[in-house]
Amino acid sequence: MKFLISMYINPAVMDALADEEKAAIGAGHGRFIEELKQSGELITTQALADPQQAAVVSLRGGQPVVTDGPFLEAKEYLGGFYLVDCEDKDRAIELALRVPDAAIEGLSVEVRQVMFADGQLEA
Amino acid sequence: MTAPVVEDLLRELAPQVLGSLVRRHGQFEGCEDAVQEAVLAAAVQWPAEGLPDNPRGWLTTVASRRLIDEMRSNRARRERESATAAEVVPEVPDGDDSLLLLFLCCHSSLTAASQTALTLRAVGGLTTAEIARAFLVPEATMAARISRAKQRIRAAGATFALPEGKEREERLRVVLHVLYLIFNEGYTASSGSDLQRPDLAREAIRLTRMVHAQLPDDGEVGALLALMLLTHSRRAARTTATGDLVPLDEQDRSRWDRELVEEGTALVRASLAGPALGPYQVQAAIAATHADAATAAETDWRQVHALYLILERIAPNPMVTLNRAVALAETGGPSAGLALLATLDGDDRLAAHHRLLSVRAHLMEKAGDTAGAYEHYRRAAKATASQAERNYLDSRASRLKPGKHPEPSDA
Repeated sequence: MKFLISMYINPAVMDALADEEKAAIGAGHGRFIEELKQSGELITTQALADPQQAAVVSLRGGQPVVTDGPFLEAKEYLGGFYLVDCEDKDRAIELALRVPDAAIEGLSVEVRQVMFADGQLEA
Repeated sequence: MTAPVVEDLLRELAPQVLGSLVRRHGQFEGCEDAVQEAVLAAAVQWPAEGLPDNPRGWLTTVASRRLIDEMRSNRARRERESATAAEVVPEVPDGDDSLLLLFLCCHSSLTAASQTALTLRAVGGLTTAEIARAFLVPEATMAARISRAKQRIRAAGATFALPEGKEREERLRVVLHVLYLIFNEGYTASSGSDLQRPDLAREAIRLTRMVHAQLPDDGEVGALLALMLLTHSRRAARTTATGDLVPLDEQDRSRWDRELVEEGTALVRASLAGPALGPYQVQAAIAATHADAATAAETDWRQVHALYLILERIAPNPMVTLNRAVALAETGGPSAGLALLATLDGDDRLAAHHRLLSVRAHLMEKAGDTAGAYEHYRRAAKATASQAERNYLDSRASRLKPGKHPEPSDA
């Protein structure tokens, strides 16, 4: 079963972390990625650039409209994700709890099952 | 010699070669890697250069060479492994070890995902790349999973021998369950549209045939094969050209594969002749009852209901009760079915399950409760993780949308 483990980050919370706390999160992700690779559960993981760099696009009357900045004015933004293939939802939740972000007040981790998948997996 | 013919031959020979290598060298992990490499080499060489005179001997020689190279490449490892090899080499007849390998791959220390992957590779003779494609994961992910599974088997101290008595019975149940999971994965595969995905349903049938050939007197093995064949026979009728699901009662039964139906039905009969009665036998008997009906209206629901009652007794499970409610609604009316469903409401895990929601919607629709059916179809659509199922449930819901003129029921 495939699950998307999404990490919602709050830029204000991230900014307030001490350097060593940030380094610990980075190291935690490194270990987590290694474990997932070893167990054969990792499909891919990606981290996203700052939401300020986002562009929202729409097509209105055939004309493109491009607005700088994120879609929602929110406190929390999608910061990155893990796409995993694991035994069941319980296991996905167990994995999500090992994402370093889960242990930090103000950050959150969400688990959702994948319903459709396609693409070049080796890319 | 065409590639598909070579592929079939390789899948048949791979477990035999692996079995004889494990008997000679006693280390499943290394032998399995060596056979995989030999199979990959053959898949390239044979279609281009023609079959060797003795394909099995060719594979055994190439795999042995790879294994010995690997053992030599690390001196410390070589010493350790030749010591092990010396312990394990028993003089055994050169038979078919596929069953032994299946028992090993379905070791209880592994998760179901690992058991299926390892079974497909070591016994099914599929390459890691093919298995990865079948499950839509990267090859590296599947390679890691298989290698971890083999480490676990070694750590668990598993031996290459058929267990005896009760343990053998229990292990065989696990093997059958893994084969059933492989079949289901192929049957319900909901994602991707890659024509290159190996047909897991066909692989599961092939492996179950192999087990059946070795254990012809085991009723449950024959019944599992029958269940697969009867389910597989409906394949062409169960989806539309655009991939939408067609429920059993709306399928065009002339498109069922008669040959598979006949083979499956004969197997069910043979398996029911034995003294014991297991869950696959009952499920296969239910599938055969459906196969007997030329039209949905001719279905012997009384028999289906009786069989679900037996299944409930020998393998109690809320999903069985759910299925019995469908049969009960056909014989005793939708309100009888709904009353039986109500007994499942206490089950927390099932309460939000899409099957309970969709069966309830279906029975409410039959009972004329359009608003309730609409609501439950919509909730069921949100609760499933299968796109095909969601589309089907959404379409049922939209037929009943409030304000829409209700269509005449075909029930």
